[in-house]
Amino acid sequence: MPPRVDNVKCDGCRNEREALCEVICPGNLMALDTETNKGYCRSLRDCWDCMSCTKICPKGAIETRIPYQLGYYPAKLVPFTGTGKMTWTAVDINGKVERFTFRTRNK
Amino acid sequence: MSEKRLLKPEAVQEVHLETDILIIGAGNAGCFAAIEAKRLNPNLKVTLLEKAHIDRSGCLAAGMDALNTYIKKGKTREDLVRWSRDQVGGGPLREDLTLSMAEYLNRCIEEWEEWGLPIKKDENGEYLARGKWDIAIHGESMKVILAEKVREYNCEVINKVAATSYLVDEGRVVGVTGLGVKDGKFYVVRAGATIVATGGAAGLYKPYTNDGNDCHHQIWYSPFNVGTGYAMGIRIGAEMTTFEMRWCAVRTKDFNGPIDTISVGYNAAMINGRGEKILQTHYSHLGGEAAPRFIRANAPMDEWLTGRGPTYVDTTGMTPEQVKDLKEDYLNERPTFVQFLAARGQDITKEPIEVYGSDPYIVGGHTASGYWINNDRSTTVPGLFACGDVAGGVPNKFVGGCAAEGVLSAIGAVQYVAGLTDRGHTDPEAVKSEKERVYAPMARMAEAGDGVTPGEMEERLQRLMDEYAGGVHQFYRTDHHRLEYALKHIKILQEQVRYLIAEDVFNLLAAHEVIDRLTVAEVLVHHLLYRAETRWPGWQTRADFPEKDEKLNCFVNSRFNPETGAIEMLTRPYEKVVD
Ligand SMILES: Cc1cc2nc3c(=O)[nH]c(=O)nc-3n(C[C@H](O)[C@H](O)[C@H](O)COP(=O)(O)OP(=O)(O)OC[C@H]3O[C@@H](n4cnc5c(N)ncnc54)[C@H](O)[C@@H]3O)c2cc1C
Ligand code: SF4
Ligand code: SF4
Repeated sequence: MPPRVDNVKCDGCRNEREALCEVICPGNLMALDTETNKGYCRSLRDCWDCMSCTKICPKGAIETRIPYQLGYYPAKLVPFTGTGKMTWTAVDINGKVERFTFRTRNK
Repeated sequence: MSEKRLLKPEAVQEVHLETDILIIGAGNAGCFAAIEAKRLNPNLKVTLLEKAHIDRSGCLAAGMDALNTYIKKGKTREDLVRWSRDQVGGGPLREDLTLSMAEYLNRCIEEWEEWGLPIKKDENGEYLARGKWDIAIHGESMKVILAEKVREYNCEVINKVAATSYLVDEGRVVGVTGLGVKDGKFYVVRAGATIVATGGAAGLYKPYTNDGNDCHHQIWYSPFNVGTGYAMGIRIGAEMTTFEMRWCAVRTKDFNGPIDTISVGYNAAMINGRGEKILQTHYSHLGGEAAPRFIRANAPMDEWLTGRGPTYVDTTGMTPEQVKDLKEDYLNERPTFVQFLAARGQDITKEPIEVYGSDPYIVGGHTASGYWINNDRSTTVPGLFACGDVAGGVPNKFVGGCAAEGVLSAIGAVQYVAGLTDRGHTDPEAVKSEKERVYAPMARMAEAGDGVTPGEMEERLQRLMDEYAGGVHQFYRTDHHRLEYALKHIKILQEQVRYLIAEDVFNLLAAHEVIDRLTVAEVLVHHLLYRAETRWPGWQTRADFPEKDEKLNCFVNSRFNPETGAIEMLTRPYEKVVD
């Protein structure tokens, strides 16, 4: 059940030419709801949880979930993309927090 | 929610394009092919046709943590051939193709680094080894970096168009047709030379990780590579090789993520429920910890079967620094595995990582399945070249080898275009009938309003393959009668394709994905039937022929006969060129 869009945070990529999650998804799964103008995943079961949508969303509105059948509630993994590096924050079901920062590009 | 669009074929807009070199699939191999073609001749128009978006498409969508093949100091191309041969239990493999691939392997990797890919270094400033041939990287953005280069070289990129069939003129490929996955338009792209780089095939088999609702695609290989490149070639009679060498691997249990190279890299052995080191204790006669990949894939499954499960990669001896490195590896490749561990509340220094076999895939970058090709990466159909996971004969290519094959296919294609005296002809009738074929599931929805959904047919196929053609639930085992049963039902499914319905373009693409998978599955079953032996237990286990037959150390190839509709099987000799 990977991507969950927070409808309060999502602004439909108002300042972009196209909705970025829709552009980037390698499975063509994300789309803009024609009525609400919010991003949504057309077929949750078909998501590969690659997190491309989560990483690119300018509003940080997308959360990736592990399907409950496989892993318990409420673990989180939040990516933050900086220039040439990334920071990830993982929170496990017991509230334990881990942080990782590493290079993603040479200078 | 979504705009539902029912397009009648006659109402569908057509887009006609012309190019010199057409590359289908802007993945790892396709991008390297495009750049190389432009370098060889900047005056050529080079077009990439991509089903998704070049920045994050294919296997590299989330990134990579290692490059599994790089020729390190002191090693030679011949060493690579010998190692690769051992990995496939002595053959067959195309040693000629492996050697030519190895020529460009390091160049591609070193250039990627120059373009921005961070490669880890050891204390001597050499690439950090993570096993004999692997090097460790921070590859989260490697696809984005590659896409930037493609644009810099002025290659044309057409995103969001999925190729459906080749355009053929008197036996030669002169381009491709495609479905606009967002705009619903029908694309007709004519080309001097065509390079297919669509990756391998996932979703032929039912994975054990899926449940009714939410985790259909909890699989290792990119679920969006569905084998269309193979299917398009099969339909026009291109020769295919070694489909029976399926890629099944040890994966993290319930998540289906990579683990094997990581376990080797961190010296974390596989153990069973009793705490025994599986490979040392039970498989020392097959190489122990150094056993080839198919043995490593089959071993945990055998432990489960023999009553020694579950199976783990023993991470309990790892230091906190190593655990941090390991998690960073995952964040660079399959990030949600870190979330999965968090969702299990698991500390891997206390509890080892559980492992199990994956569902089987057809992936020419790992095993040797795919188009039968020549050294210039031309296929058996003139005008058509193949590289990467879609091309056959060369196991253990991985990222670097697929890139190198991209380069080789570009060299071949540029030469071919230079020698062309005419660009061929496109038959309007053939284009029209392909258009009808592509939009048929929408036409049926508009007219009949009832039929079979792509999801239903996909699941039927996956269940069938899993149980009868050696899926993970059957511990990869199959036999003659089960394979015949599978074929019978694949035939029924192919008949049922006319009942497929699609209410919008999204479902129309899904319909074609299942149609293409059916084509690949049928050929695969023929290959499994032909190889009446067990050459690579796990990858290919014939329960009715449990032994290896040295007479079959040859290539098993197939060709669909478009006239009769039959799949014709043939063998080709395995030629050893390295001693
Ligand atoms: C999870 C995972 C981990 C891996 N780990 C490693 C590793 O650590 N080290 C290593 O060396 N190798 C690794 N590999 C293998 C390696 O990534 C692949 O072998 C290699 O990237 C394949 O390159 P490719 O260009 O053939 O396929 P891809 O890069 O997948 O490209 C195929 C492209 O074709 C497009 N496409 C598909 N169908 C169509 C169509 N009908 N029309 C248009 N476009 C289409 C796809 O969208 C995609 O962009 C891993 C693979 C996976 C999946
Ligand atoms: S996680 Fe990846 S596959 Fe899933 S919706 Fe987002 S971009 Fe698409
Ligand atoms: S990328 Fe984020 S803000 Fe933009 S449409 Fe998608 S969810 Fe909304």
